[in-house]
Amino acid sequence: MTAPSSFLGPLARLRGRAARRDGSLALQDGSRVGVIGGGPAGSFFTIFLLAMADSLGLDLRVDIFEPRFFTHRGPAGCNHCGGIVSESLVQMLAAEGINLPPSVVQQGIDSYILHTDVGDVRIQSPRDEKRIAAVYRGNGPRESEPVEVAGFDRHLLDLSASQGARVVRKMAQSVEWIDGRPRVTCPDGSATDFDLLVVATGVNSQAMNLFSDAAHRFAAPATQRTFICEFRLGADVVRATFGTSMHVFLLDIPRLGFAAIVPKGEFVTLCLLGDDLDETLVENFLRSAEVQRCFPGGTIPPLACHCYPRINVEAATRPFGDRIVWIGDSGVARLYKDGIGSAYRTAKAAAKTAVFSGVSTEDFRRHFWPACRALDVDNMIARVVFGVTHLIQHSSVLRRGVVRMTAREQAQAGSDGQMSSVLWDTFTGSAPYRDILKRTMRPQFPVMLAWNVIAGSLPFGGASRRGRNHGE
Amino acid sequence: MASNALGRVYADGETIVTQGEAGDCMFTLQEGRLEVLVTLPGRPPKRVAVMEKGAIFGEMAIFEREVRSATVRALGEARVLTIDKKNFLRRIQEDPTLAFTLVKMMSQRIRHLTLGVGERRVGPQGPRTDGPERRRL
Repeated sequence: MTAPSSFLGPLARLRGRAARRDGSLALQDGSRVGVIGGGPAGSFFTIFLLAMADSLGLDLRVDIFEPRFFTHRGPAGCNHCGGIVSESLVQMLAAEGINLPPSVVQQGIDSYILHTDVGDVRIQSPRDEKRIAAVYRGNGPRESEPVEVAGFDRHLLDLSASQGARVVRKMAQSVEWIDGRPRVTCPDGSATDFDLLVVATGVNSQAMNLFSDAAHRFAAPATQRTFICEFRLGADVVRATFGTSMHVFLLDIPRLGFAAIVPKGEFVTLCLLGDDLDETLVENFLRSAEVQRCFPGGTIPPLACHCYPRINVEAATRPFGDRIVWIGDSGVARLYKDGIGSAYRTAKAAAKTAVFSGVSTEDFRRHFWPACRALDVDNMIARVVFGVTHLIQHSSVLRRGVVRMTAREQAQAGSDGQMSSVLWDTFTGSAPYRDILKRTMRPQFPVMLAWNVIAGSLPFGGASRRGRNHGE
Repeated sequence: MASNALGRVYADGETIVTQGEAGDCMFTLQEGRLEVLVTLPGRPPKRVAVMEKGAIFGEMAIFEREVRSATVRALGEARVLTIDKKNFLRRIQEDPTLAFTLVKMMSQRIRHLTLGVGERRVGPQGPRTDGPERRRL
């Protein structure tokens, strides 16, 4: 990669369609914006950028580099993700006028079922409404029927194209800086200079290596390995067994962090988080009685499709510079939850900055970085929240108290559901971790939990009956 | 209506919002059609609008603490998604542009109402002055 000599110095020779305005670089009529990656972050950025530019009467040209069509089943068309659009994001998108049609939503989720060794408990959506979307990011698992699935990523990419963006079905092979502007070259030798380059590649793409040049002062985010797989059960069995609930597991298995099974049409998706996640951990999880009893006949079917994608667990260092910004998983993401929601937030913050402020390092530092920083700070609080979850996971006494408290709240119509709301927001990613932690610090919360821990430890004071079929 | 879809399905004639009740959310119509009914004292409910897919309604409850100004009912089966006031207002604090879609929609409604009022006032006989009868409307 060519060293960005002019990128480094204040005497950058700026030519063409972007100019300095009050010391910052600004997009003007005819400015060209390149977006590397056509996943949710890239598409959200494009949608918001073009909408905001249009409101100002600013004419921008956007190229999205995305070689995939998202129409291939299996890995070729997949973005290796659990595929959950959180409750809060579904609402925000609806308020933005972006609705998810039934063809894109594999299953609307209206409840969570918490599975533990001391009982299961269903946590119903606060409004008893399906407001969480289980989606396929691509075109479904490798073994799905040869019918076209309307994948989430493709839906957003089509929306970007309908707003005037050009989808370039090529890979970005290299990025170099020419006179202070980024130039993207594709494998066929075609090259385009841009006034702003947006990196929305995620952390599982080789494209992240395009920016290892120390001159950018960008350092890629820290990542953690996850496990995602699909089981094919058939739509009727999925409906009868898993229903419209997401199934989460609080199990005392060494190295296991978070586990969830999500119903999606004729498949269910299993998402696992854990330390040094490997096949042994996956096998230990699948061998546990709590997991096996979720499946018909207590038998785990063969994997239809599986992968070990990485997720962002620590923010990138300085994910912005003159004429360049990293968004979504490439920059900052919410810890363990709501990755698509993080893509939405960072993409919108970058689009706002580019249209209303400028595209210089200082513009991004002042207007884009605060949104990232807010996510980053919330992630620090998240580590405390997950630390507490970890304690509960490894203490049967605490687990029994949590399950009992939740079950009693769910049985009482109109109760304020302190534990239910904490668990709901922790599992769904619907509220900032800061809010969740605050709720647990109200005096009545620890008192109620302590009472349920004591009562749950007494004979006949346990939680709900085990092995219940929650799919009804 | 697809069973996998988001939101909640309302049967034909089922009420989503009732005039006069307090509200803590707004709604988006995902699928189907809805009718908007206004009841004036001593009069039967009158249909004032029909909403199509994509419509946002109930947004007044987000911005002011007034009761619902109209009743909204399903015209045939309809699928509606609820947007919570608390979450929405919190997000607006972080991202004021989120309100832009609503402002735009409310602006269009005002324009529509203005045109409607104009059409009533300027009939085939030209401009009319408000008499007592018209003032009551």
